[in-house]
Amino acid sequence: MSAVSSSQVERRIVFLLLLIAVALPLIFPLGWKTEVSNYSKLAWNLIQSAPDSSVAIFSFDYDPSSMTELQPMAEAMLDHAFSRNHRVLVMALWPQGMQMAEQAFSKILAKYPDKRYGIDYAYMGYKVAGIVAIQSMGKNMAEVFPADLSGTKYQDIPMLHDVKTLKDIAYINSLSTGVPGIKEWVMAARDVYQTPVTGGTTAVSAPGLIPYVNSQQQLFGLLGGLKAASEYESLIDVIGPATVKMDSQSVAHILILFLIAVGNIKALRARKRGHNE
Amino acid sequence: MSNFMSIFGLWLSVFFTFSIFSFLYKDNPFYKLAEQIFVGLSAAYWLVYLFYSIMLPNLFTKLVHDFRGNIILLIPAALGIMMLLRIFPKTQWVSRFPIAIMIGTSAGINMVRYTKSDLLSQISATMINPFASSSPSIVMGNILLIIGTICGVYYFYFSKKQEGISAVPSKLGIWFLMISFGASFGYTVMARISLLIGRLEFLLKDWLHIIN
Repeated sequence: MSAVSSSQVERRIVFLLLLIAVALPLIFPLGWKTEVSNYSKLAWNLIQSAPDSSVAIFSFDYDPSSMTELQPMAEAMLDHAFSRNHRVLVMALWPQGMQMAEQAFSKILAKYPDKRYGIDYAYMGYKVAGIVAIQSMGKNMAEVFPADLSGTKYQDIPMLHDVKTLKDIAYINSLSTGVPGIKEWVMAARDVYQTPVTGGTTAVSAPGLIPYVNSQQQLFGLLGGLKAASEYESLIDVIGPATVKMDSQSVAHILILFLIAVGNIKALRARKRGHNE
Repeated sequence: MSNFMSIFGLWLSVFFTFSIFSFLYKDNPFYKLAEQIFVGLSAAYWLVYLFYSIMLPNLFTKLVHDFRGNIILLIPAALGIMMLLRIFPKTQWVSRFPIAIMIGTSAGINMVRYTKSDLLSQISATMINPFASSSPSIVMGNILLIIGTICGVYYFYFSKKQEGISAVPSKLGIWFLMISFGASFGYTVMARISLLIGRLEFLLKDWLHIIN
């Protein structure tokens, strides 16, 4: 009984320490720098190298539960795309994706007041059916999106005059947290129509998607979690929300490493005691 | 009024955040209340949201505006109703037909896509000249990729007992697998800390106004 309660107390101490480790750097930022990984650089390169006035798809395939990780990525990549004068077709494979998109746009558009709806960006809305919808976009975009969110017909949106299928899209950027998401874009857009795909995902999902960043270029880079979002911010010279939060992330990781070491030493000592007895 | 509602909403969020966090101390009625409200609210929210964002624009609106032109939509509508008959024990069997169609079409679509993207392209991505790059780190990475893939796959070869020299690649494969599991764990920790950061940012910024 006493062993159980002691472990409970230990757990509570760990939670409290973690809370302090995350909260303090938010209040008193440390300004630690993060090194840019190759995966983030590849994603940045794709947007950077796309020609002026290219039409890109930004697919918001997530909901508020993964906002902390994906919203900073969306904002940074959108900022980059607008700075390169790309035209952005906004859509979502998740029902709440468009709400996330509108939040990101309202923030970034404040920086680019000259961007006009229909010419520089268009909200095409949520599309049900995931991979089937993407496949259909490869055949006829206007059929999948007969009108935008405000009811304007596809043919009447100036930025989409020359966009008939996915082949007319310079690159696709999927910000995804699960299915449907990046994987479906790779399978149905990149591997079938050769449209370059990049994106960002939550840290939990990143290891499952990294194999697609390969010599076959199934994915052009990948942003995984808050760290990658902060890397992207540093690539576009912006001190954004991810950069600020990375201090907390780093301190928490140091604490967790320390706690893992302490836990292992305790376990070793307990095992040694067991052997001696 | 809208100001009152936004302040009320903020305090409600704070209350539920603390209620959920209180589970870290121990199970308690506040946690249970928050959990059950979350489950009930989510179910109701999604029902309404999906009706308005899927059923209404893709079925009802189209049928109302142009019934003849969209008559084909009656087929998925009928399949949907057949699926709902699962609720009643006597008509449960009817739902097997739409389920069979769903599984069949999903298998058909995914078989081709997965074979191309997850098998052929992934195998091609491993068949590389490791010395093609001038950068030593990339060359080393390529060599590790090839060795890791071969040894990792070899670990799952069970047709012959792995002993002696044939056990070496298998043991190497375990190391590669363990390192990949470690990396996944690291990523998972990062994701969970991010969630905590998100909640603390809400408390410190939106509620207490301590940070900008």
